[in-house]
Amino acid sequence: MREAAVVSQSNPLQRIPGVAIVLALLIALFSVIAPGFLSVANLSNVLVQSTILTMLALPMTLIIMTEGLDLSMGAVLTLTSLCVAIVSLATKSMLLGLGAGLLVGTAFGIANGWLVAMSGIPPFVATLGTLGMAQGLSLIVSDGQSVVGIPHSVRDIYSATLLGIPVPIVMALVTYAAFHGLLYHTRFGTYIFALGGNREALRYAGLSPNRLLIAVYAIGGAMAGIAGLLMTARMNSGHPTAGLGLEFDAIAAVAVGGTSFERGNGWLLGTLLGVLSVGVLRNGLNLISLPSSVQVASVGVLVIVALFLDGLRSRA
Amino acid sequence: MTDITKDAMMPPRSFLSQDAIQVFYRLLAALLICAVLAVLSDSFLSLGNILNVLRQASLTFFIASGLTLVVLTAGLDLSVGANVALSACIAGTVIHKTGSPALGILTGLACGGLVGLLNGIMVTALRIPSFIATYGMLWVLNGLTYWYMAGETLHGFPAGFRQIGSGYLFGLPIPVYLLLVFLGIGTFFAQRTIWGQEIYAIGANPVAARLSGIPVARRLLLVYAVSGTMAGLASIIFLSRLNSAEADIGESLTLPAIAAVLIGGTSLFGGVGTVFGTFIGALILTLVLNGMNLLSVSANWQPLVTGIIVILAVWLDMKTRRRTQ
Repeated sequence: MREAAVVSQSNPLQRIPGVAIVLALLIALFSVIAPGFLSVANLSNVLVQSTILTMLALPMTLIIMTEGLDLSMGAVLTLTSLCVAIVSLATKSMLLGLGAGLLVGTAFGIANGWLVAMSGIPPFVATLGTLGMAQGLSLIVSDGQSVVGIPHSVRDIYSATLLGIPVPIVMALVTYAAFHGLLYHTRFGTYIFALGGNREALRYAGLSPNRLLIAVYAIGGAMAGIAGLLMTARMNSGHPTAGLGLEFDAIAAVAVGGTSFERGNGWLLGTLLGVLSVGVLRNGLNLISLPSSVQVASVGVLVIVALFLDGLRSRA
Repeated sequence: MTDITKDAMMPPRSFLSQDAIQVFYRLLAALLICAVLAVLSDSFLSLGNILNVLRQASLTFFIASGLTLVVLTAGLDLSVGANVALSACIAGTVIHKTGSPALGILTGLACGGLVGLLNGIMVTALRIPSFIATYGMLWVLNGLTYWYMAGETLHGFPAGFRQIGSGYLFGLPIPVYLLLVFLGIGTFFAQRTIWGQEIYAIGANPVAARLSGIPVARRLLLVYAVSGTMAGLASIIFLSRLNSAEADIGESLTLPAIAAVLIGGTSLFGGVGTVFGTFIGALILTLVLNGMNLLSVSANWQPLVTGIIVILAVWLDMKTRRRTQ
């Protein structure tokens, strides 16, 4: 297993086929069966709709690389989206709203990291617990109602363009660049590889794996905060169930993208292609008028197939 | 590790076994919660409320008892809630179409069991980690159920069928009798049969279990299938009690079931725990939620409190385990 990890890490090109083929097949399929799929308007729609998922899937990649998981991300995104809506509504300031979302998201991220690192509770249970907490807090702060009437400054973020490119796409590209730089060109990035691959080595090098883990989960929470702003802007309101289940799409994107759940090696470009695969799948099914329930089910099948193939690869 | 294995391999015959002590503490906690609630609320000790708590706890217990076996093997089944929803909707449709409750009950159980079997196949044959396989299954089932129901609600079932969930026998709700039956079967199966003991052994040390000739994959398949079938049973009780089925009925069931298992002292790391403990766990959770209800705390607080309880339960479990080793 370790050898497989080393080989694929030294030559990521070997892994391109998997997720790239999935994406190419999906695009080919829907350009044939879904009228209007290949139009510029629709393709740019796919990209804009994938931005929120990108912001969750990138930090999810880091978390999964540490042999962890964050099931709370969708619920935390829902909560931060509500915080953005409530604070920006009260203060008329987009930045204060974003600040509130970031604060709450990071707090949840640190709580997740603390639970996983310090108490040793398995990540999927710790974050299942915080999922319940975030979901409960969302219901409590919103009283189960939508928060409407948010200021234009928030709403405009989703529709504005920068040099002709929609702002959400710019934000997603900047995020990708930041994560790429962080993972592949900083010491912290190397430590993240070590967190999943060889935690003992970190300890011998005099580093604290626990603090690093907390930092990784905190990044996930902070990104959920930023994605919360986009979600509020996109829906033009805060809604207590807005982001529930989004963590699943994020996990799907990471799994399809070839990051392994057990070997501590991740691939950010693969995650990005995975996000696009999920986006194309949902958009295409939508175009041929299949209900969102079928989209959810098909993403589930996608994950199971991806994990099955991952299992085959690790055994080969 | 050796302590756990030893505990797991020997049925608790002495009253002072580790399991018995753990269950005793939890019974004390449940009594303490009862005492506090009796002081805080006048209506807590009314017969109606106590029967209500028992009935509510039995619903959580049905799902949690099957889940206990899965957790004993160091696995997890996150799809139980979604499984309840799908099974209830399919069983409801069959009853409407054929007019036969018996046929509906059978389909509900079969649907739940089949989903469980698929989970087991993913975990054993495809070697996908259980929490992620059943999490994928959760969304597949959710999607299927919403697609199948297309926003409709099934409503109105035969009076005889409704008795299962809402009827009484000698003054006690019928689900409470079912609870006693399955508590007995579950405890006997886990503690007194070879298969049950093999399940403990698999959770305590899968490699040792395989080397001692236990058919690990077959036992795991069984455990996931049982968990699914119990979800199917819960779906029947739900259907009969609510007298209606909707696609979203399962969404708030998984977390409480996991909470009941963990409060009951079953370790997430496998090999330690009892079905009776899970019953006490379901009782404690129901008492807390019932108490919040009686003290007119909004239902919006329930996921928050359940989430906190899950984390506290695992944390306490890990602390006591560290101390005893």
